[in-house]
Amino acid sequence: MIILLVNVVGIALVCLIIWWFWINKSHIATIKIDNLIEIKVKDGVYQPSNIEAKINHPITLRFVRDDASPCAETVVFQSLNISKQLPLHEPVDLSLNIKKAGEYEFTCQMGMYRGKLTVK
Amino acid sequence: MKINNFIFELTGVRCASCVVKIESTLQVISGVTDAKMNFANHTVSVSANDTVSAKTLTQAIEQLGYGATLMEGLEQHESQKEALEHRYYSSLITKTVVAAIVGVPLFILGVIDIIPSLQTELGHLTNFAFGLATLGVLIYSGGHFFVGGWKALRVHTANMDTLIAIGTGIAWLYSMIAIVFTSLLPPMAQHVYFEAAAIIIALVNLGAVLELRARRHTSQAIQRLMRLQPKTARLIRDKEEIDVPIETLQIGDLIRVRPGEQIPIDGTLTEGSSYVDESMLTGEPLPSEKKMGDKVIGGTLNKSGSFIFKASHIGKETVLAQIIQMVQQAQNSKPALARLADQISSYFVPTVLIIALVTALIWFNVGIEPRIAYMLVTSMAVLVIACPCALGLAVPISVTVGIGKAAEYGILIRHADALQQAGQLTTIVLDKTGTITQGQPQVTGVYPVHEQDKKKVLMLAASLEVGSEHPLAEAIVMAAKKDGLALLIATNFQAITGQGVSGVLDGQQTWLGNRSLMEQQHIELGDLKQQADQFAASGQTPIFVAIGQEVIGILTIADPIKPDSKSAIQRLQKMGLKVIMITGDHQITARAIASQVGISDVMAEVLPQDKAGKIIELQTNGEKVGMVGDGINDAPALAQAEVGFAIGTGTDIAIESAGITLMRGSLQSVADAIIISQQTIRNMKQNLFGAFIYNIMGIPVAAGILFPFIGLLLNPMIAGAAMALSSVTVVTNANRLRFFKPMEEKS
Repeated sequence: MIILLVNVVGIALVCLIIWWFWINKSHIATIKIDNLIEIKVKDGVYQPSNIEAKINHPITLRFVRDDASPCAETVVFQSLNISKQLPLHEPVDLSLNIKKAGEYEFTCQMGMYRGKLTVK
Repeated sequence: MKINNFIFELTGVRCASCVVKIESTLQVISGVTDAKMNFANHTVSVSANDTVSAKTLTQAIEQLGYGATLMEGLEQHESQKEALEHRYYSSLITKTVVAAIVGVPLFILGVIDIIPSLQTELGHLTNFAFGLATLGVLIYSGGHFFVGGWKALRVHTANMDTLIAIGTGIAWLYSMIAIVFTSLLPPMAQHVYFEAAAIIIALVNLGAVLELRARRHTSQAIQRLMRLQPKTARLIRDKEEIDVPIETLQIGDLIRVRPGEQIPIDGTLTEGSSYVDESMLTGEPLPSEKKMGDKVIGGTLNKSGSFIFKASHIGKETVLAQIIQMVQQAQNSKPALARLADQISSYFVPTVLIIALVTALIWFNVGIEPRIAYMLVTSMAVLVIACPCALGLAVPISVTVGIGKAAEYGILIRHADALQQAGQLTTIVLDKTGTITQGQPQVTGVYPVHEQDKKKVLMLAASLEVGSEHPLAEAIVMAAKKDGLALLIATNFQAITGQGVSGVLDGQQTWLGNRSLMEQQHIELGDLKQQADQFAASGQTPIFVAIGQEVIGILTIADPIKPDSKSAIQRLQKMGLKVIMITGDHQITARAIASQVGISDVMAEVLPQDKAGKIIELQTNGEKVGMVGDGINDAPALAQAEVGFAIGTGTDIAIESAGITLMRGSLQSVADAIIISQQTIRNMKQNLFGAFIYNIMGIPVAAGILFPFIGLLLNPMIAGAAMALSSVTVVTNANRLRFFKPMEEKS
C-alpha cells in the first residue's frame, strides 16, 4: 500500500513539474503596456516577466536591478541582438519599436532570469 | 563671473516628459546658464553663476514634486556604486561564515560520532537544538535561495535558487521528521542531515563570493576604457579658462589641454601642437604628432605641448563612448556555439527536478535498506550538483574576456559571431591601398635631366599643383613644403583630365603630367622614356615636368608600404593562412608591390564593385575568407567575407560593414585578432566541455548509478562543493585569457 502510494505521489509530482513549467506556462499574468513599464530585477526574477506590446508602437522597458547577484547584471534580448548592462539600483531604459509580431524572450546572461515580450 | 556646476540626483522621475519640465523650470531661474538632464541616470546638471545656490535649485526641483540630492560629482556616484557592491560582497562573506560556523562543527561531531542517538531523550533534545540552529542558517544565510526559488516558481520558471532551496529544504525537513517521529523510520534511517544543509549553504555562498571576485577581472577591459574618460575639461570662455564637468561641454567649445593631461573629448586642434599617446585606444605604441587641423580623441594622453582644440563630438558621440558601447554590446552577444547551451538551460532546472524525483523513486523501489535514507541522499546530491550557471556562463564569460582583450589591442569586435569565425579563416584577402600601403601617395624621387635642376623640378611641379586637390598633387606640394621651397604663382592654370596640368610660371609655359600629355604636346622624352618604364614596373608612378617643349625631369610618386606590412603578412602565412592581394591597379604595378611584401597571389585590375564577387569566388571554392580593407570603398567585400576587417584610422570606428575594426593601421592587428579569436574559442570550448561533462556525468553519479557496480555514492556536501566550484572554475578559466599575449614577431 505504502509502496503504491509513494510511487503514485512521485509520478504525480513529476507530472506536476511538467505541467507547471512547460504546459501551463501560458497562464502567467500578462501585462499589456502602452508606452513605459518598469521591470524590477529582484530575487532571481523579472517582475513583471510577461509583457505584451503592440506592433509598430514605441515602448520603453525600464529595468531596475535591485538584485546584487552578478547573474542579474545583464539583460539580453537574444533575438533582437540587444543587451544592456544593468548597474545596481540604476534605472536603465530600453526603447523598442518592434515591427514584427512574435515572442521575444529576454534573459540574463546565463538564461536563469527569464521574461517574455509578446508583440501583437 | 564664476560659473558653478551642480549635479543633482533626482527621485520620482517617471517619464520622459519630466525632463522638459525640470530643465525648463531650472533654466528660467535667473543666474542659471544651462540645465541638462540625464534621464537614464536620473541626474540633472546645472550651470549657474555665483548668485545661485544649490539650495535654490533643490527647492525649485522639489516644488515640481521631485526629490533632489546634490551630488559631489561623478566620483561620488561611482563610489556609491562601489560601496553597494562591496556591501553585497561582505554580506555574502558573513552569510558563508555563519553557515560554516553551524555546519562545520556539526559535521565534525557527526564524523567522530558523539552525537547522542535519536532513541534517547538527550539525543532528541540536542538534535532538536541543532535543527533550530540550522533553521537559523537556512533563514539567514540561505534565505535568498528560498525567496528566489519561490518567486521564480510563481512565474513558472526555475533557477539555481530552486535547486538549492529544495535540496537543503528537504534535508532539513527530513531531519526534523526523524527527530519528531523517530519511531516511524527504520532504525538505520534514523539520522539527521543538518550538517549537510548548513554546509551546502555555506559552500554555495562561498562559490558566489569567489565568482564575484573572479568576475571583477572579467570586465576589467571595459572598466579600463571607462576610466579613460576624464571628469573635467578646461574650457575657454570669454578669454578665461575654467574647469567644467565634461557633461556640460558643447560642440564648438574651445578647450585647453596642457602637457601630461588627458584630452577630455573629441575635437580638432586649433592652436599649438603636441605629441599624443593614443595607445590606450588604438594599441599603437608610438605617440602621434598633432598639428593644427588634426583630430584629437577624448581619453588619449597629451604628452608634450600645450594646445587648444575645438570640441567636435560630445557625450555618446565621442570615439571613446562609441568604443565602450560597441565593446559592451559585443561582450554581451553570443556566438552560435552558445545557442545550444541556451536551449538547454531553459529546460535544465525542471529536468533536474524530475531526475531527482525519479532517482528517489528508483531507490525506493529497488534500492537497499535504509531505502528512505538513500532516497534522500541521492536526490539531494542530484539537486545540488547540477549547476545550470556553469553551463549558461561557459560561453558568455569567455566572450566577455576575449572581446575585452582584443579591445586592449585596438581591435574592436562587433559581434561574438565575428570572433568565432575569425578563428576559422583559411584565406585573408588584403586590399592594397591603405591596407598594405599607407594610402597616402608620397613623392619617392626627383630625377632631373640636369643635376642642378633637382630643386627646380619639384618647385615648378608644386607651384602648378598648389591649388589642386588631387591626391598626387597633395603629395607633390607636401614634398616641396618639406624641402622648404618657395613656390611661384601660376597663371593660366589648366587641368587636363587624366593627363596632368599646365600653367604659366615666371612667364614660361610649364607642363606637368603623364606620358600621354607629353606626347600630345609633342615634347621629346628621349632616354627618359625607358627610365619611366622602369619606375612603373617597380610600382611607382612617373610624372614628367616640362618647360615649353623641353622636359627638365621626372618625379616619381608611390604609395609607400607600411613598415610592418611585410612582417605581418609573413606572420599570417606562417599561421597557415593563404594571403591574397586585391587591387584596382595595373597587373605590373600590383605584382611589384605584392612581391615586395611576399605575396604571390594577386588579383589586379579589380574594380571596387567587383571585389565582393571575387570574395564569393573564393568562398565557392570552400575558403573561409577574411577581407581586410579601409572600409569605405571596400564595404561590399567586407560584408561578403566571413569576417570583414576594417582598418580604422583611430577616429572612425563606426564602420558598419566590418565585423572587426582595427583601430591601429598595422596589419599585425589582423594576425592579433585571429590569434585572440582562436584562443577565445578554445577557451569557450573548454568551458562548455567542462560544464557539459560536469552536468551530464555528475548527475547520474549523484543519482547513484555507480553504486551497484563500485558502491560509489556522492555525499551531498561534495556535490554542493562541486556546484559551488563549477561557476568559479568557468570564470577562472575565462580569466586566463587576460594574461594571454598575441606575440608580435619582430622581423
